[in-house]
Amino acid sequence: MVPQHLEFFIDPNRCIGCQACVQACAECDTHKGTAMIHLEYVDRATSTQTAPVVCMHCDSPTCAEVCPADAIKKTEDGVVQTARRARCIACSNCVLACPFGVPKMQVEVDMMMKCDMCYDRTSAGKKPMCATVCPSQALFFGTREQIEALRPRSAPMNEFHFGRQTITTKVNMMVPRYGRATYVDVTAAMDESTHGRRVSLDVFEEAMHTES
Amino acid sequence: MNPRNRERDQLCLAPNGSPESEQPAWRKDFPIDWPQDHYVARRDFTKFMVLVSLGLTIGQFWIGFQNFLRKRRGKPAMMKIAQLSNVASGSTVVFHYPAAHDPCVLVRTGPETFVAYGQKCTHLSCAVVPDLKSDCIHCPCHEGCFDLKSGRPTAGPPRRPLPIVTLTIRSGAIYATGIQERTT
Repeated sequence: MVPQHLEFFIDPNRCIGCQACVQACAECDTHKGTAMIHLEYVDRATSTQTAPVVCMHCDSPTCAEVCPADAIKKTEDGVVQTARRARCIACSNCVLACPFGVPKMQVEVDMMMKCDMCYDRTSAGKKPMCATVCPSQALFFGTREQIEALRPRSAPMNEFHFGRQTITTKVNMMVPRYGRATYVDVTAAMDESTHGRRVSLDVFEEAMHTES
Repeated sequence: MNPRNRERDQLCLAPNGSPESEQPAWRKDFPIDWPQDHYVARRDFTKFMVLVSLGLTIGQFWIGFQNFLRKRRGKPAMMKIAQLSNVASGSTVVFHYPAAHDPCVLVRTGPETFVAYGQKCTHLSCAVVPDLKSDCIHCPCHEGCFDLKSGRPTAGPPRRPLPIVTLTIRSGAIYATGIQERTT
């Protein structure tokens, strides 16, 4: 069981895109060669900023809600486990449903695999692999007091709004302590044109043109 | 209520935020929480035990009843398979015994020796083919083999021997007098 006083804090501001977390994650024996952490480029055309994405371990996990095979379970310490091997039917419902884009379908093994906060390590009181190697502490695993002492200008936040869905998570995101809440319209990005090359992001419009 | 302080036995909060009592019953049957998923109520366990023992008891009576019916039915009637002169040594005859849908096969293994077995493989009821060259009865479906002399399985998936047909030779003809299902 993961100790209650230890928590995961993500500070994407501090990410330097070194990929150490990806390499460390891929080294783990429970899913050897495949990293469960995603290092996302925020806006690759204009910025080098990256953001690590680990499972946020929602209190009411959407991936588990949509699973038709009852394969995703949450342990009592709040960790949403990866798909049960015997139950997962590789339907990709969770992949589509997760608002954070965490579960990924592993087609080689026909199973969904996702970050389980290194349950083998954290349940024994150790840090997750990614948090042990992160040189800038963008991924931090420790107590609330520790993070407050380290980041006096940031505050942990664990409530997210996606449309009308409010999600509270076990994993905390570090946000500016004295700023206002940020609202990002994710669907608005679909109308955006890309920089550099003229590629339409509106896939529906493109499909309509090719059909006619 | 702070979701972090929830009790162990409480279900995961539904996406609409409604309390446990207002949630549909399937949420209890397919809980997201690991401890709930592994939890077996005493009442459910007792129900399972009672139903299984009831099933076993009824099954015993059913087997006894079937045995009684089988004994009452008696031996099937004697049936002529073929004239001896029509069955050359080393040849086979397919016949149906005791009913019209029970295929059997008669093999004349030597000048004076006959064997007859049910033709359904004891694995998945494929039709078996006697192979006199290799002294076996071969099932082509899953490469099963039975001994030609005894009908006992020698290779492949079948575990039970073929049912043996008892034979009688009377005045130049060969008759089937009974069929014997065997387990070993």
